[in-house]
Amino acid sequence: MAGGLFHQLDQTGRNLLPLGVTLLAMLVGMVPLPLPGYAMVTVPLMLMCLFYWVIHRPDLLRPLVVFAIGLLQDLIGGTPIGMTSMVLILAYWLLITQRRFFLGRSFVMLWIGFALVAVGAAAVQWAVFALMTATMLDGRPVLVQALLGVALFPLMAWLLQRLHRAYLS
Amino acid sequence: MKTRNSGSVVRIAAPVWGMVQRFYFPLLILAAIALMMIGHVNSTAVEQARTRVTDAVSPVLNVMSRPAASVADALEYFRQLVDLHDENARLREENARLRQWEQAALRMDAENRSLRSLLSFKPDPAATVVTGRVVGDPGGAFVRTVVVTVGEREGVERGQAVMSGQGLVGRIVQVGDWSARVLLVTDLNARIPVVLESSRQRAMLAGDNSDHPLLTYLPPNSEVRPGERVFTSGHGGLFPPGLPVGIVEKGADGKPRVVPMADLSRLEHVQVIDFGTTGGVAAEATLPGAMK
Repeated sequence: MAGGLFHQLDQTGRNLLPLGVTLLAMLVGMVPLPLPGYAMVTVPLMLMCLFYWVIHRPDLLRPLVVFAIGLLQDLIGGTPIGMTSMVLILAYWLLITQRRFFLGRSFVMLWIGFALVAVGAAAVQWAVFALMTATMLDGRPVLVQALLGVALFPLMAWLLQRLHRAYLS
Repeated sequence: MKTRNSGSVVRIAAPVWGMVQRFYFPLLILAAIALMMIGHVNSTAVEQARTRVTDAVSPVLNVMSRPAASVADALEYFRQLVDLHDENARLREENARLRQWEQAALRMDAENRSLRSLLSFKPDPAATVVTGRVVGDPGGAFVRTVVVTVGEREGVERGQAVMSGQGLVGRIVQVGDWSARVLLVTDLNARIPVVLESSRQRAMLAGDNSDHPLLTYLPPNSEVRPGERVFTSGHGGLFPPGLPVGIVEKGADGKPRVVPMADLSRLEHVQVIDFGTTGGVAAEATLPGAMK
């Protein structure tokens, strides 16, 4: 009986991994690094986590949870509330409908897929922010941010894969 | 959602649940849009939520930012090792120059004091300073704010000026119990009345999310010389006059811009300055809801 309970706790803990990793990615993205220009372009770590988990284990990262994470990011980040939630949910929607296409494809295909999602998310974010504040913001930092994400995607994907195999296989 | 229950509640609820399932994502997106609207209209409630959440997260960020700061320090150390010799020579020269200035400053200080005593001049109340660590710059490409580890318990109030060693950094826009948010001078919403040092020309420093904020509301025929220093003018009561802000430069688009004296990309510690009567709530009333 006690073993059963322990097993359940263990399983629950493991199932919280995608959520935990995504939250951690959000916080890491907020830590100030005294590198010139870093504050302007934050690597979209959260989007990478979302991309990975929605394709591999969407059952462990529900849309409503993603919505809440986006909300948290907006509250802490000072961005218009709901903006990140919307972008993340749009990405989720796109990925969950295209999931079968991505599963079992080569890594290069995944990478191209992420590039499309990252650039798309950047564009949506930029448009929403422009609408909200009624200013045409310089689009370059947003694009650089997306491209930086694309460049760092293999590293993050490798890390997530290690975690995935270690705790959830 | 298969169910074997055939109660009337289920018979009605099931199609509704089916609809919800089907339109799950559109509904969530609508919810997000609704939130944006609410945030736009009712900014005080959102502001309170922000304060609570930031307060809750800032200790976590505080812990997390320490290793990052150490790594950055180490990198900086090795970078400095490379040009140690040149740096040393430069500092020697600067030191010699500053010693001359020190003499000049001491002489002027004495003269100033004697003149003030003649005029029975009433000096401004001395400012009190609270120093905080910068633990987060969470805005990404859209918002220029930082979160610092001082809050209401240390006497921080909305509207107070925030300085780093060299110059003005921004102002406090949100205060929690032990955390506060600083709107940097480069943010889209930042507007600071400034005055140019030698021409005494007044202007408004307007952030546009780029590294170098714009100098706006200058008279059309005014001559702005690059290299001129910019100070807060104290108009509008937001900031006390005379805080150093930056140096004028000609932007790539020909518009006058200001290079902030403080290196905003490497903020580690900042000083929140309480000047007593100026700033604070009265100034906030003239510029409400700068951050929505």
